[in-house]
Amino acid sequence: MKKSVLLGTLTLAGLAGVAQAATLDDVRGRDALNCGVNPGLTGFAAPDASGKWQGFDVDFCRAVAAATLGDPEKVNYIPLSGETRFTALAAGEVDVLARNSTWTYSRDTDLNLDFPAVNYYDGQGFLVPRALGVTSAKELDGATVCIQTGTTTELNLADFFRVNGITYEPVPIANDAEGRQQYLAGACDTYTTDASGLASVRTTFETPDDHIILPEIISKEPLGPAVRHGDNDWADIVRWTFNALVAAEELGVTSANVAEMAAAPTENPEINRLLGTEGEFGAMMGLEPQWAVQAIQAGGNYGEIFERNLGEATPIGLARGLNAQWTQGGLLYTPPFR
Amino acid sequence: MSDLDAQTIAYARDTMLPPAPPPRREAGAVRWVRENLFSGPLNIILTLLALWLLWAALRDVLPWAFRGIWRADSVSECRTIRNELYGEGVSAACWGVIRSRWQQLVFGFYPSSELWRPPLALIVFLLAILPVLFANLPRRLLWLAPAAPFAIVWLLWGGPIWGPVAAALGFVLAWVVWKALASRGLLVAFLGALVVSVLYWAFLARPLAAALTSILPLGLTPVRSADFGGFTLSIVIGLSGISLSLPLGVLLALARRSEMFIISKIAVIYIEVIRGVPLIVWLLVAQVLLNYFLPRGTNFDILLRVIIMVTLFAAAYIAEVIRGGLAALPRGQYEAADALGLGYWQAMQLIVLPQALKISIPGIVNSFIGLFKDTTLVSIISLFDPMRMSSTIRATTEWGGIYWELYIFVAAVFFVFCFAMSRYSIWLEQRLERSHR
Repeated sequence: MKKSVLLGTLTLAGLAGVAQAATLDDVRGRDALNCGVNPGLTGFAAPDASGKWQGFDVDFCRAVAAATLGDPEKVNYIPLSGETRFTALAAGEVDVLARNSTWTYSRDTDLNLDFPAVNYYDGQGFLVPRALGVTSAKELDGATVCIQTGTTTELNLADFFRVNGITYEPVPIANDAEGRQQYLAGACDTYTTDASGLASVRTTFETPDDHIILPEIISKEPLGPAVRHGDNDWADIVRWTFNALVAAEELGVTSANVAEMAAAPTENPEINRLLGTEGEFGAMMGLEPQWAVQAIQAGGNYGEIFERNLGEATPIGLARGLNAQWTQGGLLYTPPFR
Repeated sequence: MSDLDAQTIAYARDTMLPPAPPPRREAGAVRWVRENLFSGPLNIILTLLALWLLWAALRDVLPWAFRGIWRADSVSECRTIRNELYGEGVSAACWGVIRSRWQQLVFGFYPSSELWRPPLALIVFLLAILPVLFANLPRRLLWLAPAAPFAIVWLLWGGPIWGPVAAALGFVLAWVVWKALASRGLLVAFLGALVVSVLYWAFLARPLAAALTSILPLGLTPVRSADFGGFTLSIVIGLSGISLSLPLGVLLALARRSEMFIISKIAVIYIEVIRGVPLIVWLLVAQVLLNYFLPRGTNFDILLRVIIMVTLFAAAYIAEVIRGGLAALPRGQYEAADALGLGYWQAMQLIVLPQALKISIPGIVNSFIGLFKDTTLVSIISLFDPMRMSSTIRATTEWGGIYWELYIFVAAVFFVFCFAMSRYSIWLEQRLERSHR
């Protein structure tokens, strides 16, 4: 069995050569979307007790699968560690990487990736015990700081303290679990990482109310799905699937009313174009006319996905903040469907 | 003398006194304690220190573990129950996480209707390996061994039964060709068997399996490698690595000691290169680099890649352990084999290897235990070994912040497996002891 697999592989290696099909054709041929996700990040991606993947990034995978294949369940979730995520994408192991990856200059250019969208605007924050009596990060002069080594957060921290002319003493930690332990044991005055991460760490404390996240956000961490550089058609599909979810929220289209709205043209031509009841917008990307309807039915619009996984009704309890619609003071601003 | 006695001693007892019990402080537990724990000032101090350390370590851990709460579905529920039972701030374990997620820790994402298959595969493996491990079992059982790998692969991955059957037929075919050509010389027979079986696997095996499947669709639900996780994953990788690396290691050790220049140099280079690079690097090579060499879209199973890498890695270590056994064998044994007129393979099989392997048992088992525990390194390439699985469980909102309970569970299961291996090795050493001392 094993030998035949190996031989089959070698034969295929000889035959297939360098033929590179478009990613959409690969996905359709396979009848499943290979989606790279975090092996476990609270609120973003984690399997539940029955092994079903759930989370903010997972819902995006489902939306893309629904838009391209018509079924949100046709996703192979491929968990990827921080070290191997980009190589796995470049090597073609995944079609889209929805793994809370920060869009940076070097990743976009040097690593030959494309970030079609930003699905979560994060930033680095500080978690302190309420008893410390600190209300602003600028009051942290001389503080001991728990910080993950080898990350961008470490560099951001150094920049922030140097710019403000204050000093700190780093307590290096390896991962979130260790950071939480060290912080609770009092080994450091403050723990710093992405604000969404701080919020989810705080929910696991016995007394979350004794700890506060300081208002300063000291870095920009635009997290978003990534695809391989070079297949622009596929990047368009990922980008506009995300835009469709954002536009749906802006236009008041939800998972509850989308079927009804898509049944017949409505008064609003933008909704009609989005839901395929007017014009041939799906065909422009090589998709079904109902692609956006299917994507919205998969898990709701952006707002619904956010509220279900990260929002104030969940234990994580994140406010929309920068991730609100532009009409409500956030940064979500989708180009028009026209 | 006796005369003198008769005159000087007026009375001599002619019956034995019944033996008196020893003084209480010279008997039983008291004596053992006094001799072993309190025999001198230094030992008294060390004993007290050790007792204090033991108490310091256990005074918090044991109550924490025994207060543990099993019936809870989330950390917060655990805390509520604890507050009701013991009051706030009392430390109590939350074993509920094991209760609600044991299935993922043991089987990963293996479909829950198919959970009987991995344990059955383990039983088949044990049945096949038992006659090898215990020499007093009937030799007929050895016939199970060649069939077991195919049965195990079929049980674990599922699919139509004809795939493994068709693959196994290749070996039968090779054996038939070997028998038919054996009279024309070993090399001809070997090459003939190799060519025929490779051609069969490349061109005939798949159509044959497909045809048989269409005639009689007999099979199990297929399970993807990605669904393997937890201890199932560790055991699959560990046991395949162990059983494949031993023969490979023996061959490498023999090759390294061979007098043929090219063969010995190839073995030396292989062993040194594999041993000189950390396992993590090889695993990353298996996951990432191989994908660059293979064409886009080829799906070379990640689990198979990892098993191959782990086997190759362990074989290099086993080879060195066995080389130690070969070197420890007195030169006279080799010369005696030569003097009996045995050929190289006969000498190795009948005289050298049985003794060398016996000497190497502790080292081999040591490598096996190391290999089994090293399977947790696959978490770096995002396979769901028990450690990765526990951090994934921790990433859900229900179980965030649970550490010790999961780690203790994982450690306990690993300990059971490794301890069993170590006990077996001690038993085997004693059984093979020929008292050369």
